[in-house]
Amino acid sequence: MKTSAEREGQEPDIPNDSNINLGIWIFLLTEAMLFGALILCYSVMRILHPAAFNTASHLLDWKAGTLNTAILLFSSFCMAVAVRASGKGKSKGTSVLLLVSASLGILFLAVKGMEYHSEWLKYLFPNDEFTFAGPDSAFVKLFFNAYFILTGLHAIHLTFGILWLSGLGIASWVSPQFHRRYPNAIDCAGLYWHFVDIVWVFLFPLLYLVGGS
Amino acid sequence: MNPSPMQTDYLNIETSLKSWLLTRDHKRIAWLYLGAVLFFFVIGAIAAAMFRIELLTPKGDFFSPDFYNRLFTIHGIVMVWFFLVPVIPATLGNFLLPLMIGSKDLAFPTLNLVSWYVFVVGGLFTIWTVAAGGVDTGWTFYTPFSSVYSNSNTLTAATGIFITGFSSIMTGINFIATIHRMRAPGMSWLRLPVFVWTLYSTSLIFILATPVLSTVLILLFLETQFGMGFFNPVLGGDPLLFQHLFWFYSHPAVYIMVLPAMGIVSEIVPQFARNKIFGYRFIVGATLAIAVIGFLVWGHHMFVSGQSLYSNMIFSFLSFVVGVPSAIKVFNWTATLYRGSISFEAPMIYALGFIFLFTIGGMSGLFLATLSIDVHVHDTYFVVAHFHYIMVGGSILALLGGVHYWFPKVTGRLYPERLAQGSAWLIIAGFNFTFFPQFILGYMGMPRRYQSYPDRFQTLNVLSSAGAFILAVGYLLPFLYLTWSLFKGAKSGPNPWNSDGLEWQTSSPPIKENFAHAVTYGFRYLTEEAKSNGVET
Repeated sequence: MKTSAEREGQEPDIPNDSNINLGIWIFLLTEAMLFGALILCYSVMRILHPAAFNTASHLLDWKAGTLNTAILLFSSFCMAVAVRASGKGKSKGTSVLLLVSASLGILFLAVKGMEYHSEWLKYLFPNDEFTFAGPDSAFVKLFFNAYFILTGLHAIHLTFGILWLSGLGIASWVSPQFHRRYPNAIDCAGLYWHFVDIVWVFLFPLLYLVGGS
Repeated sequence: MNPSPMQTDYLNIETSLKSWLLTRDHKRIAWLYLGAVLFFFVIGAIAAAMFRIELLTPKGDFFSPDFYNRLFTIHGIVMVWFFLVPVIPATLGNFLLPLMIGSKDLAFPTLNLVSWYVFVVGGLFTIWTVAAGGVDTGWTFYTPFSSVYSNSNTLTAATGIFITGFSSIMTGINFIATIHRMRAPGMSWLRLPVFVWTLYSTSLIFILATPVLSTVLILLFLETQFGMGFFNPVLGGDPLLFQHLFWFYSHPAVYIMVLPAMGIVSEIVPQFARNKIFGYRFIVGATLAIAVIGFLVWGHHMFVSGQSLYSNMIFSFLSFVVGVPSAIKVFNWTATLYRGSISFEAPMIYALGFIFLFTIGGMSGLFLATLSIDVHVHDTYFVVAHFHYIMVGGSILALLGGVHYWFPKVTGRLYPERLAQGSAWLIIAGFNFTFFPQFILGYMGMPRRYQSYPDRFQTLNVLSSAGAFILAVGYLLPFLYLTWSLFKGAKSGPNPWNSDGLEWQTSSPPIKENFAHAVTYGFRYLTEEAKSNGVET
């Protein structure tokens, strides 16, 4: 057993950064509950109106969705490598990888934006001008409510992540001391980035693939 | 304040307004929170006073029915989200948590300050709501009334609650990280004061339940503004879904209000019975059990909403189950009194009052968890009486007990003991006068939320209103004498209760850094064996 003097000598003050790491984990728990509740609402609506949700799901562009899934997964991979690189103190490499991850995020948003645009042109955006010729158009509209809320909230989170990663990428390029001073900064951003990706991994099948072939 | 030149503490180290508004010191942020929640308490209390006056007579004489609706809605919204939910964690919890675990501050001091500002912004929306004429939906915002029919200020009210939710989440993250990472060496999990355990459980509810409320408020907003109907049957939605999601937050929120109160009582009772707390591990286990099971009982608010019979049975069963850990706590407090050397200072009167009233509130909760009885008394004054026994008789009594108990810690001064004992009895008496008649009224069939009622209910309603007046005087007294004591009270010395709690092992009021020397171990709950071995680390 250690004496108190040894303990004091070892940890005069617990460094703040490990606190932040734990804080991010807890924060992600609240985020999971936020998205979880929304996904629950979507699921309830789908159980109430299965046929309409099938039809509506087919109106989405599953190719664009698949492309976006691939983009995000690849960006997650880059992020994971960035965390490793930062742990080894390679600041330039980390910086490049962070900026690549952020750019892939932007690419995702661009594809998503094009999808939104084409849905807008097809009058599928759930405002007063929404039109769907088939049966159950009210329920199809409900699907698009859920679709725009879920993907919209995800896009907001992704935008925040892009800003975060870009900031870190620039900081790590400019200052080689950055990693020593904030050893957990990249880790925390990584946790958040992976979380946002995982949310998409849930959204993609729920929204795009439920209709079956 | 009259500091001697050699003593500086967290209060007199800096005195400018800026040093208060930009402070990162958890002790000062606790004061900021106290100011904010007291302000809202006054708003909620005024609303309550107004409708209690209206209820003196069977006919509606003072206010229009619509205005009456707005009164009880504001009372509910303000008291739940802007008083009861934050009050104990953000004031006493904020102040005491680092002191109790031997830390300099919370894990994220800046986040703590930010959470206060977020709370204030949410509060401003609520003030805006009140100034613009209030809301008439009841604090529960049930759809489709709130989303389709109500033409009052639903959106500003919901926005205020939405924003305040972030402040709860920030506090929750901060407390959990603090308890995990900032404990002094030797302060192991099973040496933590019970109050810290209750703050931990409360924080779990903060972080897991609040986001669901955020979701439901976002969806309510989108439905009202953009016709994105998840809750409107015309648009394909389901109004019951709103109730499920709302109560998924709002039932655990009850435990947010009462768990820290239980923690305070678990500190006060052993102190004034001069006894070790009985069954520490069971109390800790019961605390966590309440937090977990509390998430699974929300459906008991919806027994008559048309949810399936099987749901009703399961929720009824689980509601009985959640009564078990609560009962364990009551038995433990009682057993702590056994063969203790009990004295009846004001905090102890409040704590014993809590045990008594909480037991009544809890037992009546079991009535309500019984399906057949709930069908009879649903939405009557029986329910109103039940949850006021928990929230006022429970939370507010414990809060006042805690405020008196730690007053010397926070201010370094003593409060007038006799006066405090007198007002404690006054509050307990006034409370029972106000709410016990409501049990009878509810059982006789008087529905809640109506401005007028049949003549035969008048006697009990007059009793209730008279009790509310006594209660108001009871609240006013501590406010006055505590304010007086803050400036003029006798010096208390660092540890007037002769407590062995870690928070008392530093000066009162504490210095800015809390402890002058590094703290190395927790004093409480050491086993006798460890004590006899002289274990210090």
